[in-house]
Amino acid sequence: MTSLDDQAADVNDAIDTLLSQFPPSRTDAKAFWGAQFDAGLAWVDFPKGDGGLGVSPSHRELVSRRLAEAGAETWNTTANILGIGMGAGVLVTHGTQDQRKRWLRPMFTMDEIWCQMFSEPGAGSDIASLATRAVRDGDEWVVNGQKTWTTLAHLSKWGMVVTRTDPDQPKHRGMTYFIVDMEAEGVDIRPLYQITGEAEFNDVFFDDVHIPDDQRIDDVGAGWRVVMTTLMNERVAIGGRTFPRSDGAVGVAMDVWNESGSGDVATRRELARLWGEVEAFRLTTLRAAENMQAGVPGPEGSTAKLAWADLNKEVTSFTVSMLGFDGATIPEGYSLDPTTYDTREVERVMSPQRAFLRARANSIEGGTSEIMRNILGERVLGLPGEPRVDKDLPWKDVPRG
Amino acid sequence: MVEIITFTRTEEQAMLAATVRELLESTADMDSVREASLSNTAIDRAVWNGLAQMGVLGLHIPEEYGGAGYSFVETAIVFEELGRRLVPVPLLSSVIAAAAVLAAGTESQRAEYLPAIASGERIASLAIFEDPHDLLEIRTEAARDGDGWRISGVKRYVTDAPHAEVFVISAATDDGVGLFVVDSDTQGVTVAASPSLDATRPLGEVVLDSVFVHADAYLGGEPNSGAVRKALDVGVVALAQEQAAGAQRCLEISVEYAKNRFQFGRAIGSFQAIKHMCADMLVAVEHAKSAALHAARALDDADESKIAVPLAKSVCSDAFVKASGDTIQILGGIGFTWEHDAHLYLKRAKSTSLLLGSVDSYRDRLADAIGI
Ligand SMILES: Cc1cc2nc3c(=O)[nH]c(=O)nc-3n(C[C@H](O)[C@H](O)[C@H](O)COP(=O)(O)OP(=O)(O)OC[C@H]3O[C@@H](n4cnc5c(N)ncnc54)[C@H](O)[C@@H]3O)c2cc1C
Repeated sequence: MTSLDDQAADVNDAIDTLLSQFPPSRTDAKAFWGAQFDAGLAWVDFPKGDGGLGVSPSHRELVSRRLAEAGAETWNTTANILGIGMGAGVLVTHGTQDQRKRWLRPMFTMDEIWCQMFSEPGAGSDIASLATRAVRDGDEWVVNGQKTWTTLAHLSKWGMVVTRTDPDQPKHRGMTYFIVDMEAEGVDIRPLYQITGEAEFNDVFFDDVHIPDDQRIDDVGAGWRVVMTTLMNERVAIGGRTFPRSDGAVGVAMDVWNESGSGDVATRRELARLWGEVEAFRLTTLRAAENMQAGVPGPEGSTAKLAWADLNKEVTSFTVSMLGFDGATIPEGYSLDPTTYDTREVERVMSPQRAFLRARANSIEGGTSEIMRNILGERVLGLPGEPRVDKDLPWKDVPRG
Repeated sequence: MVEIITFTRTEEQAMLAATVRELLESTADMDSVREASLSNTAIDRAVWNGLAQMGVLGLHIPEEYGGAGYSFVETAIVFEELGRRLVPVPLLSSVIAAAAVLAAGTESQRAEYLPAIASGERIASLAIFEDPHDLLEIRTEAARDGDGWRISGVKRYVTDAPHAEVFVISAATDDGVGLFVVDSDTQGVTVAASPSLDATRPLGEVVLDSVFVHADAYLGGEPNSGAVRKALDVGVVALAQEQAAGAQRCLEISVEYAKNRFQFGRAIGSFQAIKHMCADMLVAVEHAKSAALHAARALDDADESKIAVPLAKSVCSDAFVKASGDTIQILGGIGFTWEHDAHLYLKRAKSTSLLLGSVDSYRDRLADAIGI
């Protein structure tokens, strides 16, 4: 095992070569991402050939920092976050060689967008109660059921889907995980409009959809294990970010204050308080990243998702309040009207009002804040779990609704 | 912005923490803290002498003045350990007073006063406050008298006043506000303990009735408001370590109790109302630790400290007040009793949020620093 410093030197060499052969200013974004993948700089900790160099994940930060400094396009990691941030981790942990070869590169180059289908009308926080059925048919599986809140389904080529394959087992056991072609026969995707008037997410209906068995991830019945990997990657993708000072919503809040010309002492103090809370959060993400790198991850690494959701909601709400009467209006060039929304648009023009509305999802998406508090309480602080009424019952006997 | 120095402790720093912790564990338990707090003049001499022997009272004082010449991060470690256990020792007072002497004093004044503070030979305290709201309202006056100065006035909210052997006092001269070093046994000086909300940190009043001091007691020989600000910043950062560590201790007390107290046939920690309060406390504690640690490492950086110091006051004060309050709620009736430790933390939390200036005043400074 080479030392972290030796690894950093190798990573830096690979970055130098990439940047000199494919100067970001003169390379088309897709071509650059392809070259970045081939250079092992897509997910630097993945094995060679799978978009990585087989080094410690702590070097990811080095890669993104240097590429950003060099002016390289990096928006693929947000535009295809469900693939690059979550699906890739699933493939590298549970996928076969063939599956990794087939899916990782086009995912990274944005040729193929990915989505994640866990939630169902009857299964939200309690994912393991899901009811979408998959039944084996020779070399294929036939899927029937409904998924919901599926972000980006309408733009996706591939979907990660968890299904029930054995209803007689207790709920955590009888599940199997697949990658499904979103353009396959029987997949029906319908936009779901959200409180901002956009449709980031969709209902997805499966009507006798055939999935080849070679698109199954891990063993039959091992779906829960893969779900856990996906969620772990999600929390790293959401929680493991570090960001510059005064970035995002709190920066907008500062601009709004400065433009308002208000001299109200109490408002200014409250903004300073909020700025301080966000900065303490930011410092905590830096501390977490440092401890992770040093190999001593502590509780500071697990609080980010919960802290960020609360803060983002508070800051965006405060920002709209600072607008006074204007906060109750909708700025020009911005609409909350779903009928004017083009579902091919990735994001509408940002305004404080839209940010305020969008932030309401932060404490729901990717695990609600109540679930995050349960996880912190039980896994980090070691408090006892709730009494469970559904634990050993066969899935088919568990009450749902 | 400064290039962020690491948050990670060096081996030497980890060793320092362990040694201080060992001393405190063997010398000070919560019973002795509670007992000390029954008076208005709490001090744990055994711990104070132990700290002096370990040489940790002057960690931040430069070597040429008898200290160890470390960054503030090492001193912060000592405050963290003291803050966990609420040990009544006058370290805050002595660190702030030393910072004032260092910032305002001439070479010879530093050489005269600092070694005794660094060794623990003399307990020092900064006596600058008079008004309950306005930090810098000063009525105490110093007038020239022969080859010295005559000072009259009343200083209040002086930490560890009953134990201090030397005070750094602010007084208005014709040219502006200056700092004077005054021994507590000087003629005309009277010290009275004032009962404090947090009995583990004694406060007092220092009355100066036409006190004569020699010219060389005037730090720097001229007004120096920057030195007062610097000394207060050092104090705020020291207190932030206590606040973060106190909040961490509250979290431990809460979690421990929530695992072991059973009602309705279940550990109360399995009720979400309790579990979620603990989870929120965890978030607040981690944020407070980050803010406190950042302030300690940024204290000697002129630019970054303008943000880091008021940030620490804002974040750590709220975190500790909330954590100590929620701890009492999680404990139920027992948390409200004199015999449980919880109230000691609540009192420490509330009082530290008020010491050295209100949280609001620091939020105003933070607002200035970030350009809003
Ligand atoms: C913008 C957005 C994008 C999303 N994208 C996707 C996606 O791409 N793919 C996908 O699969 N899902 C997606 N989701 C779904 C999301 O994961 C779920 O909404 C979430 O897990 C909560 O499930 P639910 O909505 O069914 O609420 P429920 O689970 O029914 O929860 C309702 C309320 O009950 C509370 N609650 C539930 N269980 C407990 C408990 N044990 N203890 C305490 N309180 C509890 C919740 O916290 C919540 O307040 C998205 C959601 C949003 C808002």
